[in-house]
Amino acid sequence: MASNSKETSPTATEEPQASESHEGFTKPQNEDARPDPLDLPDALEFEQTFKVYRGGTIKHDELGFDTDTLLRIYRNMLLQRRFEERSLQMYRKQNISGFLHLYIGQEAVSTGAMQSIDVGEDTVITAYRDHGMGLAMGMDPNACMAELFGKKDGCSKGKGGSMHFFSKEKRMFGGHGIVGQHIPVGTGIAFAHKYRGDGKVCLTFFGDGAVGQGAMHEAANLAGLYDLPIVFVIENNEYAMGTAVHRAFADPDLCKQAVPYGMPASIVDGMDVFSVTKAMRDHVAMARQNQPSFVEVRTYRYQGHSVSDPANYRTKGELDQKKGEDAIIRLKSYLVQHDLSTNEALDDIDDEVKQQVLDAIDFAENSPLPDLEAIYEDVYTQDDYPFLA
Amino acid sequence: MAELQFREAIRAAMTEEMERDEDIFLIGEEVAEYDGAYKVSEGMLDQFGPKRVVDTPISENGFTGLGIGAAMNGLRPIVEMMTWNFSFVAFDQILNNAAKIRYMSGGQFSFPIVFRGPNGAAGQLGATHNTSVESFYAHIPGLKVVSPSTPNDSKGLLKASIRDNDPVLFLESERMYGLKGEVSDEEDYVLPLGQAHVVREGDAVTLVANGKDYYIALEVADRLAEDGHQAEVIDPRTIRPLDFDTIIASIKKTNRCVIIDESNPFASLSSEIAFQIQERAFDYLDAPVRRITAKDVPAPYAKNLMDYYMPQADDAYQACRDVMYL
Repeated sequence: MASNSKETSPTATEEPQASESHEGFTKPQNEDARPDPLDLPDALEFEQTFKVYRGGTIKHDELGFDTDTLLRIYRNMLLQRRFEERSLQMYRKQNISGFLHLYIGQEAVSTGAMQSIDVGEDTVITAYRDHGMGLAMGMDPNACMAELFGKKDGCSKGKGGSMHFFSKEKRMFGGHGIVGQHIPVGTGIAFAHKYRGDGKVCLTFFGDGAVGQGAMHEAANLAGLYDLPIVFVIENNEYAMGTAVHRAFADPDLCKQAVPYGMPASIVDGMDVFSVTKAMRDHVAMARQNQPSFVEVRTYRYQGHSVSDPANYRTKGELDQKKGEDAIIRLKSYLVQHDLSTNEALDDIDDEVKQQVLDAIDFAENSPLPDLEAIYEDVYTQDDYPFLA
Repeated sequence: MAELQFREAIRAAMTEEMERDEDIFLIGEEVAEYDGAYKVSEGMLDQFGPKRVVDTPISENGFTGLGIGAAMNGLRPIVEMMTWNFSFVAFDQILNNAAKIRYMSGGQFSFPIVFRGPNGAAGQLGATHNTSVESFYAHIPGLKVVSPSTPNDSKGLLKASIRDNDPVLFLESERMYGLKGEVSDEEDYVLPLGQAHVVREGDAVTLVANGKDYYIALEVADRLAEDGHQAEVIDPRTIRPLDFDTIIASIKKTNRCVIIDESNPFASLSSEIAFQIQERAFDYLDAPVRRITAKDVPAPYAKNLMDYYMPQADDAYQACRDVMYL
């Protein structure tokens, strides 16, 4: 543990507490205890241990998951996958335009993380690969599909598209298209939680590629400085577009990015929804005590960066090997092996989910296009803003 | 009325609004312990405490984004840029987040946030510290841009900006912070955004100028008056949305226009005003619209070059005489 981080165990599992009302963010100018920077030690030693949440090590009952919850989790992960498989099909049929970045393979991350917070009260912000996160948060698949179709009933009224899902009701703060630039915004969302003393936390998700952006580092420093209730979640899916992590970072252990900001950090197997849940709960508990932290979730995306990417940069056999660790198959096997469900019952859920997605496509197809007058709506709150022609 | 410096009028606006609404806070470099790089926020840490007057590291991208996130989550931040010259490392935050998230979310989120600080040239500081940002930011749908020219206006316009539920960029000036003027001590003095001020009425030529150039326009109007010509001087006050109606009404009376604009000339505020005039009042013009701007180069250091770079009253005066065919 870093010498300058708070005495908060990364394994803390006690009931989360509401953050205390804070004295302030501005640090006093002259702290009596401040050591003389020129009073140098013989050597400056530093050590930090990063907890690792390996896959297959955590049982469902340790997480308090009953059968209903487990089936709900399974259903939601499947919903994310089937939704995106159909999205890809709809893209190829040209019902969906623009970029389409698919989350397939990463569903355990969004789903596990949502088991760690109070969805609709706590806040979430993520990058452009956002369909899975929206669905994990309970956004309506109909509205999500309609958004991809650019329709009036879309979750952003057809004005955002694939990269810009938002739900104020679910406290889903987007869906952001510029790599890393939403991370300071997440810090500000957490700042507002602490300012109000509402006891809520903000989960800020971003990909491995965003770690190279200055915005991430500025945001992390501010979160560390102001002790904000935030968890920075690096979804390391091994590739920033086509650039593998080891080709982009001097140190590919991205969790170590927490070190200069005085934060604890963990590494998690992102192909096991239980590991993700456990890790995220531990880190959310820290956030509730105003201890910001990093979680590096090691995951994998099966599709290319976007649907136009054939992903020729993968090594031979890599994709098949990763699919062998598939989080949904893993959960299915677990449920059957532990007599929590049967293959037949789980296949029935799959059929229901597939139908739900087909219904979403019907909804999207039948939703009207936005009215042309809507182009001037939602730019300003001011309703008589004098736009130029 | 009380005589206040520009910086005191801005402070009064922030203080009154923060007393009124707990959700408003001030954040930026040196705003708290240092009392503000230009002493605008002097004493505010003592009054409001370290929760509501927040010092930041030198991290414009970070704290600008933080302010945007805080606004998105229900607070009403005032983000101080030590100068607008430093805002460009946070440009993406303003362009893509403050201005566009509302739209991209179909209106689910709003951004009641003010970004404020000194704009434009502040002397012999070289090219990095002398950028006039009006046209950069006024270009962006989703933002409002305000440029007060007097202490009184700065108070009324800043209070309106803080109360506005859309992101407002408030452009001050290092050169004007010490300027004194009569400021309304009306209990709740608010000037609406988007309304230009006809500062001086006349029929000979319309002068449009904001910020420091407002004072050049007044000087030019005085000189023209000595020649027997009454210039109409318009201070836009708000750059986006610009009150074109007031300018066009004036052109229809004077049939002539000279714009003084501290920005570099290409694709600038003056370009847009001139375009709007030709579109809406072409038949009323008796002469081409003229403009006096900064030169089309980076700001230089040497005093003679810097003086030459900036809009000059002599040039504006001559331009007025030219459009009057004198």
